[in-house]
Amino acid sequence: MKGDRYAYFPGCSQKGTAVEYGISSRKVAEALGVELVEIEDWSCCGATPAHTVDRLLSGALAARNLATAEKMGLATLVTPCPACLVASKNALELAQDDESLKELNELLDLPFKAEIQAKSLLQIIFEEVGVDALAQKVKKPLKGMRLAPYYGCLLTRPPERAQFDDPENPISIDRILEALGAEVPDFPFKTECCGAAFGLPKRDMVLTLSGKILDMAQQIGADGIVLACSLCQQNLDLRQGQINSHLGTNFEIPIFYITQMIGLAFGFSSKEMGLDRHAVHPDKLLKKWEEKLKE
Amino acid sequence: MEILDLASIDRDFIKAVEEESGQDISLCYQCGNCTAGCPYAFAFDIPVHQIMRLIQVGQKEEVLRSHAIWLCATCETCTTRCPRNIDVARVMDTLRIMARREGMVSEAGIRRFHDDFLDSVKRHGRVYEVGLLLKYNLQSGRPFADAELGPKLLGKGKLHYFPENIKGVGAVKEIFERFAKKRGL
Repeated sequence: MKGDRYAYFPGCSQKGTAVEYGISSRKVAEALGVELVEIEDWSCCGATPAHTVDRLLSGALAARNLATAEKMGLATLVTPCPACLVASKNALELAQDDESLKELNELLDLPFKAEIQAKSLLQIIFEEVGVDALAQKVKKPLKGMRLAPYYGCLLTRPPERAQFDDPENPISIDRILEALGAEVPDFPFKTECCGAAFGLPKRDMVLTLSGKILDMAQQIGADGIVLACSLCQQNLDLRQGQINSHLGTNFEIPIFYITQMIGLAFGFSSKEMGLDRHAVHPDKLLKKWEEKLKE
Repeated sequence: MEILDLASIDRDFIKAVEEESGQDISLCYQCGNCTAGCPYAFAFDIPVHQIMRLIQVGQKEEVLRSHAIWLCATCETCTTRCPRNIDVARVMDTLRIMARREGMVSEAGIRRFHDDFLDSVKRHGRVYEVGLLLKYNLQSGRPFADAELGPKLLGKGKLHYFPENIKGVGAVKEIFERFAKKRGL
């Protein structure tokens, strides 16, 4: 609800390779009147590696942050990162069992009640703020920008856990972009996997999978791809040069976070939204857009 | 078709997978939906639906030594589409955990990446990306992998040369230590 205070969990990548996701998330939330209270001294949620070692360890790493948020008196943890979201939801699911909740508490140094809930920032923006309220705040509509909405895997899957949007044909990013004034084509690969966390150990496979997504975006004539996951962004943007060498392509497709596009439409500058921090520079598209706005 | 000797069916293994994953493996009727939707199927040595079948017939060694269980990216497509409501991704996770325990890991590189990641969390409370990259590359004997990404990150505030520990780094370390003690590691 508007005016609610949320426990904000940025996640490790928002301090590093996805710094612009964190910056744009905070600015857009503020502009929308969504109060994000950063969880004090938060730690890593364990991400993918922890759950391949042990479900209890993974649960405890995520639960430390959930417990801190509960101690701060906040009812909902909000994170921009789908992997952090899944880790938090898994911990809450594990804690439904009394015996597991007891085990989690044995590993933690503060009490975990598992009464908090976890949502993605995208879900808060889409469901609690709503596209109508977003449209009202648009100062510079994304006129003339043809943007492919890309969700990746974890945001909506599996549906019982995600409790958000549709697992096969999600539409939240589509609707948000439309409200911002962009042209949103049907993107057949909107839920295909980018290759996930295997960038270091299995790079070629990530390049192959991410390459297919870029290729489809190019085929439908998209000016850019808009997503809500820092790992997807890293695979598609930072590794786009590697993809080109690997596949013999010459993609030059800017990859945006949804919060950056909301911010641009709200009138924030491209620098304020951290667009200068991307590997593939969106300058050409931004110039085309500025000219379109003057028409 | 491969013909199995009845004696090769490891019933304890079937039971262990079912208990640890909380899934009824016998429900799988081999429709192949999981394999059809799996983005990594092209790289799997054993497709997902066959992994499920091999569990049903108790082929512990073949399942736990497969590369497939490590190449699963946990994208949850299989779980989402299973008409028998089996959480297939959870089964794959369980198999990785068992393969570690039994010393049957076929993808040492992926396991090491996971271990290095968690080691970084244990040391600093959060993942220190540069440290993780360097450590992983050095151990893999290819120190300059991804070096060309440096210029794309440098000067953009996206690389930190030195780790920054959180205040509660001790508390995070204790989670790992209590966990190790509980599991007798």
